[in-house]
Amino acid sequence: MKILVTCKRVPNPEHKLKFGGGKIDLAAATWQLNTFDEYAVETALRLTEAGKGGARSGEVVALSIGPKDVQQQLRGVLAMGADRAILVGGDDATLDAWAVARVVKAVVEREKPDLVVLGKQAVDGDSNQVGQILAGLLGWPQATFLASIRLAADGKSATVTREVDAGVEEKRVRLPAVVTVDLRIIGKKAVRAEGLAGADAEWDEAPRYASLKGIMAAKKKEIKDVTLAELGVDAAPTMKVSAYEAPPQRQAGVKVASVEELVAKLHNEAKVI
Amino acid sequence: MGAVLVFCEADEKGVRSTSLHALTAGAALAKQSGGDVVAVVIGKGVGAAAQDAAKHAKRVLVYDDAKLEAPLAETWAPQLADAVKRAGASALLGTASSTGKDILPRAAALLGAGMASDITAVLAANKFKRPAYAGNAIEEVEVAGSVVVASVRQTAFPPSAPGSAGAVENVAVGAIDALGAEMVALHATQKSARPDLSEAKVVVSGGRGMREGKNFKVLEELTDLLGGALGASRAAADAGMVPNELQVGQTGRVVAPQLYIAVAISGAIQHLAGMKGSKVIVAINKNPDEPIFQVADYGLVDTWEKAIPAMIAEVKKLKG
Repeated sequence: MKILVTCKRVPNPEHKLKFGGGKIDLAAATWQLNTFDEYAVETALRLTEAGKGGARSGEVVALSIGPKDVQQQLRGVLAMGADRAILVGGDDATLDAWAVARVVKAVVEREKPDLVVLGKQAVDGDSNQVGQILAGLLGWPQATFLASIRLAADGKSATVTREVDAGVEEKRVRLPAVVTVDLRIIGKKAVRAEGLAGADAEWDEAPRYASLKGIMAAKKKEIKDVTLAELGVDAAPTMKVSAYEAPPQRQAGVKVASVEELVAKLHNEAKVI
Repeated sequence: MGAVLVFCEADEKGVRSTSLHALTAGAALAKQSGGDVVAVVIGKGVGAAAQDAAKHAKRVLVYDDAKLEAPLAETWAPQLADAVKRAGASALLGTASSTGKDILPRAAALLGAGMASDITAVLAANKFKRPAYAGNAIEEVEVAGSVVVASVRQTAFPPSAPGSAGAVENVAVGAIDALGAEMVALHATQKSARPDLSEAKVVVSGGRGMREGKNFKVLEELTDLLGGALGASRAAADAGMVPNELQVGQTGRVVAPQLYIAVAISGAIQHLAGMKGSKVIVAINKNPDEPIFQVADYGLVDTWEKAIPAMIAEVKKLKG
């Protein structure tokens, strides 16, 4: 099983955004791996493992697009256990979902993975498009917002559950396929390759930390630099952000002293109950 | 300019209420582009929904076929792409529901069209406002190309009101290839008398401080008393206290009820992104320094163990 997993760096979501001249000033931003992509890496690794700390079979290739600095996030992913990484040079500030999907498609055509795993959305752009566009461009089946995934023992299909508005949908897709992961995917038993991991296999309920051994090993792993020109991809965005503004701020209201006062205010003042 | 195609999700009774908001956004966009609103309905046995959609559109394209029963992106996205061509549409809109989020980008891929997600305002035929960075930035975006695709944030547009009926056209559905994808089952959330989270006038949400799933019982009692819907923070959903579909926030549902009651929720940025648009926000938390109090109209510093049962009693008194 060969799995391609996409990794995007995002500005630390806990930090306050700085606006200036209709733009967001990211000069002082600290960058980290998008949480959903971290979950995607964890998912990909588990799909090549017999259980926590168990035997491995298969290959996990991490892909990112951005400036040279993204190496830092990719090293972290290699330290988690990914086998090698590809960094496509580009200006991540101007890339939109289409440009990213085109790049990933070009890499898929070179690498020929059985499965592409993505986070369901990046927490900066919040677009939630790349996986679906990629699947559409490749003509592959897709399974988005995964809560669980089970790879069939023959490696030819995957059965997944997806969290949807109406409940939980169970879907089966033929491989190769594109999947995007949601929060529940890091559940103890949410991910399993049937040929590899027994029904009792389980992992921690969190993405793994890189071990010291992993960090040392990552130093020797390959991060291949590739240019857009080498991939033959036109990364011109189709969606342009012409301006950014801060949202209207809510003002803090009043503190009430008791439940009686709260209910009275909601009834008489706000008139909402 | 061309028509504006609006993807209307159907259930057995008609158009899902969630799609009525996309129809309103579609009408706003049609005004900008000078075209008509055309609705598209896909599924099996969706006649009632088609008639329903006609009250909101000049024309309805219906793709009714046994093989289209399950809402698979693999089979539905090509119908949307076909409908865009058939209607000569310059835009395709749908609500950013879990179905819309799954299918619309794939349709955009098939159309070679750019897409804006989660739009909150229509500024021009290809220009929108949308939130990013967990709602901490509002982007003004321009989508290039002859067709524009957008998903619509439900809470930003009112539901469309029915008008005079447009024409319903059944389209002869072409070959359908699911590409080896199949829906195995839908495990629907236990049907409750509660309104849908996105539609509810009152939402009561619990956070990490609720500690375990069984403690949500008391929140449910308050929720039902107020005729509202139950929600939760990502921390509570992550901890498995409640199903993920109750999650309110950047990575869950976006709600804008008349009254939002946040119980034992700290108010992380990503949670605020999903409820900041609520009319009145109440925060109940034992720690007065939690950021949730900075957005709350009414804050009560107390534990949920004391405050919620007291609130239930008080509301009961009020309702006599």
